[in-house]
Amino acid sequence: MNEKKSADVWVFAEQRDGELHDVSLELLGKASELASQAGGAVVAVLMGHQVRELAQILVNHGAHIVFVADDPRLGQYRLLPYTHVLESLIKKHEPGTVLMGATAMGVELAPRVAARLRTGLSAHCIDLKLDEKGNLLQMVPGWGGGIVATIACPDHRPQMATVMPGAMRVLPEEEREGRIEDVSIDLPDSNMGPEVLGVERTVAGEQPLEKAEVVVAGGWGVGGKENWHLLEELARLLGGAVGATRPPVDEGWARESQMIGQSGKTVRPTLYLGIGISGVMHHIVGMDQSKHVISINSNQNADIFQASDVIVAQDFMKIVPPLISELKSRVKG
Amino acid sequence: MNRIIVCVKPVPDPKHWDKVSMDPETKTLKREGIPLILNPLDKHALEAALVLRESHGGEVVLLSMAPPFAQPLIREGLAMGADRAVLLSDRVFAGSDSLATAEILAAGCRWIGDYDVILCGNQSIDGSTAQICSQLAEMLNIPNVMHVIGLEGSSGDNLVITQKIESGSVTLSSGFPIVLSVRKELNKPRYIPFTGILAAESKEITIVSNEDVRVDPERIGLSGSPTKMAGMDVRKFERKRERLEGTVDEIVKKLVERIYQCGVIEC
Ligand SMILES: Cc1cc2nc3c(=O)[nH]c(=O)nc-3n(C[C@H](O)[C@H](O)[C@H](O)COP(=O)(O)OP(=O)(O)OC[C@H]3O[C@@H](n4cnc5c(N)ncnc54)[C@H](O)[C@@H]3O)c2cc1C
Ligand SMILES: Nc1ncnc2c1ncn2[C@@H]1O[C@H](COP(=O)(O)O)[C@@H](O)[C@H]1O
Repeated sequence: MNEKKSADVWVFAEQRDGELHDVSLELLGKASELASQAGGAVVAVLMGHQVRELAQILVNHGAHIVFVADDPRLGQYRLLPYTHVLESLIKKHEPGTVLMGATAMGVELAPRVAARLRTGLSAHCIDLKLDEKGNLLQMVPGWGGGIVATIACPDHRPQMATVMPGAMRVLPEEEREGRIEDVSIDLPDSNMGPEVLGVERTVAGEQPLEKAEVVVAGGWGVGGKENWHLLEELARLLGGAVGATRPPVDEGWARESQMIGQSGKTVRPTLYLGIGISGVMHHIVGMDQSKHVISINSNQNADIFQASDVIVAQDFMKIVPPLISELKSRVKG
Repeated sequence: MNRIIVCVKPVPDPKHWDKVSMDPETKTLKREGIPLILNPLDKHALEAALVLRESHGGEVVLLSMAPPFAQPLIREGLAMGADRAVLLSDRVFAGSDSLATAEILAAGCRWIGDYDVILCGNQSIDGSTAQICSQLAEMLNIPNVMHVIGLEGSSGDNLVITQKIESGSVTLSSGFPIVLSVRKELNKPRYIPFTGILAAESKEITIVSNEDVRVDPERIGLSGSPTKMAGMDVRKFERKRERLEGTVDEIVKKLVERIYQCGVIEC
């Protein structure tokens, strides 16, 4: 195998309806770090129909090369055609590392590609490093997140990983130079799996939790839907978004897209303010990269306090309403 | 429909996960004495299979790769309504990662034969790799769909599948055979009726070893798994842990100060 290529880090640039998923840009940030360490190139693979204009965005976020597979048959994501294109590109260029987002699409596509190439894949990584031999060390939270396993794939290439959305940092977008290259598509006509009958979009544009600088997160301790508006008001005053643990989502106080943690989103805001949250690892894994963590919990020994910078061991109903009034009187406008 | 295979995985009961500890020397997990349950999503997969059987006929077969002591759990699936079970048990399977596990489950499916639909949970709560559905399908060289939240058998040999994605859902139409993995929104697993428990006693659990399914030994177990455990750490937190004390008024004042110090709002 060509040694130079095996230092290359590939990123699957996920898009739907011509919209790049944020995780693709996050992966480019990480790939840039890994590739410069290994002396390889950052390569993005973009698939779809009439998506060429997205390639420059990928370049501006760190891709040295963008392979564009543009074809009407790739317009809708379908697992088998996408697997086929990735497989043939990977076989041709033999990259050392292939990264994808742990999104609905990535979680389905990555294992299929890995199985076809008979290589290793680790899932839902929260961090990636290279060791001195060029092996990718893949940090995977396990057992509810309390334990972080490091997985490696020493004897097979490419080494593949899916990465939690929100876990990696995006490089600042700037004008960069890169090569954008069209690749020819050679798809078998038959056996391409289920047909797409329709796509329904139900999630309207909301303040994306992963991008908010302040996250006000509520747990079971908030006590009910009737109290939830306090969190919304607090978030509004702080210019942030509202997140949740699982119980408020199960109870219908919050939407599923607001869930933070192992089965939800990873957030890394400047300020995370947790209210009525016990601090189970399932949740902690999604927030412990926040810069500042403040927790309000009536239990003097809540586990979340271990993972907090500022601890308020009080009933939130005593603290949050006066906090809101105080902020209202101070925040301009 | 001829046959529906449901992959069920025994997993450690999360209620007892606090008893999992790590051996600091070997960096392996000590999980002795932790009771097993059926992976919760696999019951949703089984429920989907039972509903399909009601409308389309066919046989529902449980397939699990687990040590023989998992039999009581498999019996639970039989009590819920599956017709019979195949338990893949062999020392050479131990230590398999997801690729090797998929290889073994695929061999189990081929050994059972004549499948139209293979159902899995979207992910297991211990491994949580969510890789088996796609990898099993790849090994069997048939299509698959994950994140299934709707499933309808329309006329004859066609399924209409609803797949959840971040921004909503996708509706797909598929023929047989196919591997599907389900999310919990798909259905509500039925309660096990007492008669089901009785009926399960006489249902068959076939224990199958690698002598029967004959997977290439190079592709299974610890040595046949491309991914290796390189280390394990208990998560540590380095946080200031400053406790705000005093009257409510004082605490709120300090809290506002701390928020300002984060620089997220302007004074
Ligand atoms: C496979 C799996 C995946 C999971 N994934 C996730 C995930 O991604 N994200 C997630 O969040 N959870 C997840 N969970 C659930 C997780 O295990 C916990 O159950 C959940 O995080 C607990 O939420 P909580 O802290 O809000 O509730 P609880 O644990 O019930 O804690 C409530 C807290 O509120 C405090 N409280 C009560 N009243 C007040 C008051 N008046 N003022 C202040 N404090 C008060 C209590 O002291 C307590 O600490 C998962 C579970 C499993 C099994
Ligand atoms: N050892 C196993 N035996 C049977 N089914 C399994 C096994 N491991 C995983 N599965 C199936 O694959 C699904 C996803 O598991 P995973 O990919 O490990 O998260 C589970 O919900 C099961 O349906």
